[in-house]
Amino acid sequence: MSDTAVKKSTKPEKKSKQPVSKKDMTRWQYIRSEMKRTRAGYLMITPFMIMFLVFTVIPVILSLLLSFTSFNMFQFPKWVGFDNFIRMFLDDDLFITAFKNTMIFALTTGPASFILSFILAWFINELSPKARALVTFIFYAPGISGGAHTIFLLVFRGDIYGFANGWLMKLGLISEPILFFQNETYIVPLMIFISIWTSLGISFLSFIAGLQGVDRAQYEAGAVDGIKNRWQEVWFVTLPNMKSMLMFGAVMSITNAFGFGAIVTLLCGTPSVNYCAWTLNHHLTEYMSTRFEFGYASAIALFMFILMFTSNRLVNKMLAKVGQ
Amino acid sequence: MAKKVKRLRVRKHKVVLNRSAGGDTVITVMLVILGALMFLPMYYTVITAFKPLGELSITPPKMYVIKPTMKNFIDLFTNMNQTWVPISRYIFNTVFISVASTLGCLLLGSMTAYSLSKVRMPGYKVINNIIVYSLMIGSTITGTYNFIIYCYLGMLNTYSISILPVWASTLGLYLMKNFIDDGISDEMIEAARIDGAKEFYIYWKIAMPLVKPAWLTLIVTTFQSVWNAGASVYVWSEQLKTFNAAIVQITGAAGTNVGAATAGSVLLMSVPIIVFVVNQSQIVETMASSGMKD
Repeated sequence: MSDTAVKKSTKPEKKSKQPVSKKDMTRWQYIRSEMKRTRAGYLMITPFMIMFLVFTVIPVILSLLLSFTSFNMFQFPKWVGFDNFIRMFLDDDLFITAFKNTMIFALTTGPASFILSFILAWFINELSPKARALVTFIFYAPGISGGAHTIFLLVFRGDIYGFANGWLMKLGLISEPILFFQNETYIVPLMIFISIWTSLGISFLSFIAGLQGVDRAQYEAGAVDGIKNRWQEVWFVTLPNMKSMLMFGAVMSITNAFGFGAIVTLLCGTPSVNYCAWTLNHHLTEYMSTRFEFGYASAIALFMFILMFTSNRLVNKMLAKVGQ
Repeated sequence: MAKKVKRLRVRKHKVVLNRSAGGDTVITVMLVILGALMFLPMYYTVITAFKPLGELSITPPKMYVIKPTMKNFIDLFTNMNQTWVPISRYIFNTVFISVASTLGCLLLGSMTAYSLSKVRMPGYKVINNIIVYSLMIGSTITGTYNFIIYCYLGMLNTYSISILPVWASTLGLYLMKNFIDDGISDEMIEAARIDGAKEFYIYWKIAMPLVKPAWLTLIVTTFQSVWNAGASVYVWSEQLKTFNAAIVQITGAAGTNVGAATAGSVLLMSVPIIVFVVNQSQIVETMASSGMKD
């Protein structure tokens, strides 16, 4: 039976575009006929792919190659093999600090922002449309305003006129103002706190949209099948129905968590006191734009990418288990 | 044994399944508390912008303004009038760059997303994976090498440097692809193909209207990132800088004047917030109308 082997269904406008059965031809012929059939698709991705190639793929390949060299922009890159990677772990104390801090920030802010985004989106989804718009605005506003750092500089100002200091002193919890952004004890927890505070960004919005997209009939079917409360419903019906949105949120959280550093630079300056909030991102920027050791910087970048890639695979595996 | 009949709860004339009243209360209370916590810094910043000089140095700071004043904003605008390039030029630059980059990014992104999601030409999986992994490559990594490319293409100090790289953003594309995967059934696309519709026609007339919420979400996020990106280091002509960059410069020059600086940041954050609010009302509408599809 040759017609059972038809892979894609029909598109009968021209004779040449008729789907073909896979059995009659070799693999390559099949791929070529498929390519012919989907020519429009290639045409549609071309403009984007050109941009993507120029602004992302080429720089990344350059960076990949340069991570095995010593390069300073002026002389031709010199091949050094794995020296950069060996130096990273054996001959760079600051890298170890950066790695440790990045892991601390990533393991706290990543999962926290992901879970918070989902839970809030889920709660908000229950509200009536008008209330939903208002509440979404309230939660999304801190993330939307690029001036987030100005806000927190105002709230956590180091003198008695700052909001936090003023009230803590008034309540008698402290006797003199704390220099929040210059104090080793406070910087790390404060940075984690602020980054969670401002983390309700694009993944939060996409969760809300994803929740809206779940078919109502599914909930009714679930209720008939014996789902008893909202917790069961979210696990068995809602989550499996928005897996791709969850994946998206996870990728965003991982990227932000391992790329942690911008907010520290804005609030504490760079470097932070005694390098206590020094992250891989800072280390990379330092070698890129201050020391001009592009080979070494590329190696750090590659290392960061491997970290993100691995954790993405892990999260993928975990998300596959959702709803079972 | 008589079966226990479950009573259906009704909320605003609609039957709600599996929702206990207790749970509703707990969730509402949590939302209120978290919402207050989230919104507090924003609120504090906004009221600080309206505080006269005397009130700025009250400790502990008040959560309300005793004598609201526009002086901070007036200071800011007086400074603005003294800029070398007229402020309208900055505004034009911002509007032009935001619109061009957002539109281009959405068009190219949605076309690619549609092809990868529904046309599925040979090799689409590889392209898809490359795009997902490229999401994890931060701008810090590509930044320096991008500079070499900008130089090579002669893009330094032109509008194109603020616009073209945004078109290559994979974030919007990936989000759009998810929406299309989840929201549009293959059967519908097949039906259109059998009726003889060309791919591009299906993309524009059938697929895109169905993912309107995605478009609106993307407009918000793309606009926001373009706006917040502010001054590019690769643009040094004053005539090409954005409004955002101008305000940062002006408030920076104002130095220790906390009031004027806060007024500046309130002005800066108000624009993406307005875009978001206008958009959000649209999203609610499209959601409401698309609910009738069954």
